Amino acid sequence: METLKLTPLHEAHLALGAKMSPFAGFDMPISYSGIVDEHNAVRNAAGVFDVSHMGEVEISGPAAEAFVNHIFTNEVRGMQPGAILYGMMLYPDGGVVDDLLVYRLFSEAPAFLLVINASNIEKDYDWMRAQAEGYDVSLRNRSEQWGQIALQGPDSEKILAEVLGIKEGEPLRFYTFVQTTWRGDPLILSRTGYTGEDGFELYSTPASTRLLWKTLIDAGVKPCGLGCRDTLRFEAGMPLYGHELSEEISPVTAGLSMFCKLDKDEFIGKEALVAQKENGPARRLVGIALEENAVPRAGYPVELEDGTPVGVVTTGYHSLTLDKSLCFALVDSAYAALDTPLWIHIRRHSFRGSVVRKNFYKTNYKK
Amino acid sequence: MSIVKEGLMYSESHEWVRMDGDVAIIGVSDFAQSEMGDITYVDMPDEGDAIEQGEDFGALESVKASSELYAPVSGTVIACNTELEDAPELINKDPYAAWIIKVQVSDKAQLAALMSAAAYAQKVGA
Repeated sequence: METLKLTPLHEAHLALGAKMSPFAGFDMPISYSGIVDEHNAVRNAAGVFDVSHMGEVEISGPAAEAFVNHIFTNEVRGMQPGAILYGMMLYPDGGVVDDLLVYRLFSEAPAFLLVINASNIEKDYDWMRAQAEGYDVSLRNRSEQWGQIALQGPDSEKILAEVLGIKEGEPLRFYTFVQTTWRGDPLILSRTGYTGEDGFELYSTPASTRLLWKTLIDAGVKPCGLGCRDTLRFEAGMPLYGHELSEEISPVTAGLSMFCKLDKDEFIGKEALVAQKENGPARRLVGIALEENAVPRAGYPVELEDGTPVGVVTTGYHSLTLDKSLCFALVDSAYAALDTPLWIHIRRHSFRGSVVRKNFYKTNYKK
Repeated sequence: MSIVKEGLMYSESHEWVRMDGDVAIIGVSDFAQSEMGDITYVDMPDEGDAIEQGEDFGALESVKASSELYAPVSGTVIACNTELEDAPELINKDPYAAWIIKVQVSDKAQLAALMSAAAYAQKVGA
């Protein structure tokens, strides 16, 4: 068995009695007080997550902007320092290498921080390096040097100021960041998250990450695990790589074309996406709401009333905020229109539902 | 530390059985509910369904996962605890009061395959 990697906060999780589980090669906290309690804390007040497992790659050099624009679906040309964009890296066939955030750093010449999924760090870094041939850029995998915590929920701005003494949060708009310091160590303060609530992500050194965490926990901020991170992102309609995006699930299939700028001169995978848009994708990612409380899970078949299979569930829960059984599913495009009745096979029975919008929960971001 | 209630019989898959004449009253152990976490839904069979020892007859759903329920004995389902439809959390609150189904047992000799409270306590380290 491969040894699990540990985040800078591993000891703190054990001390808090967290339920731990392997995730993306790391030994990660799934929950502390319980998924329901943590989920509700983030929706109603605030919670703090250890997301130090996420990967960070720094890209600098004279061709940094051109290079990032080549490997990334969104438009980075003209990004101002402090701006953040969501998008994907694609294979030439339109399959997804990873979905990621691109930060335009506060440097004179364009330099970028790419925040990638923990499960894909090595694959992504290898992919970036292979594409970098012919570009005058320098790539550094900073994943081990950056710790990261996410402070999420409507009270986040207040906690940031009052508990951590960080005053830069209030004026930050959603999807922007500042580079500052906290008690002498570098800090990237980013108004982003993966919960559908207002909140911040704080990138700092491992030592500083430990101190930020301790300060928040000592002040009574609720520690939250990956269990509710998934229920929260799901309700907010956000994809998880490996479920709603993958080498086989393109952004067009997943309904994320708005993050792919097809009017860019070029980027890897552009031609495949243009063709998919023209012909229409064979499958589409949809939301399905069930009429009963049985819970759809990833891998369960989606059927027509007569049992004909037309798709598969990618993520499903009994939504805690909405008290309703909901899922994302990949279905044949013919059955992807809103209100289409679809059945999900759960153990011995089929349960009726219908296609709904994927953003189940109305997000509460600071514009 | 999970509670193992005296006087009940237990299966390897963490169901408990209390006999009332020829009727087996079936639920899940405290160990099972604490492993599952918050239970959000109980998938129960219909009254009149035949169930087979060792086969699944329903499932518990928590936020994160579903867990099948396995029949500790064979027989016919004569009652389902409909209270759990609206209040599945009763299993978390008191797993030994929150029975799930009652079964008319077809062969009481099958009960010999179940564990005593003492043996089950040893298994789950209670």
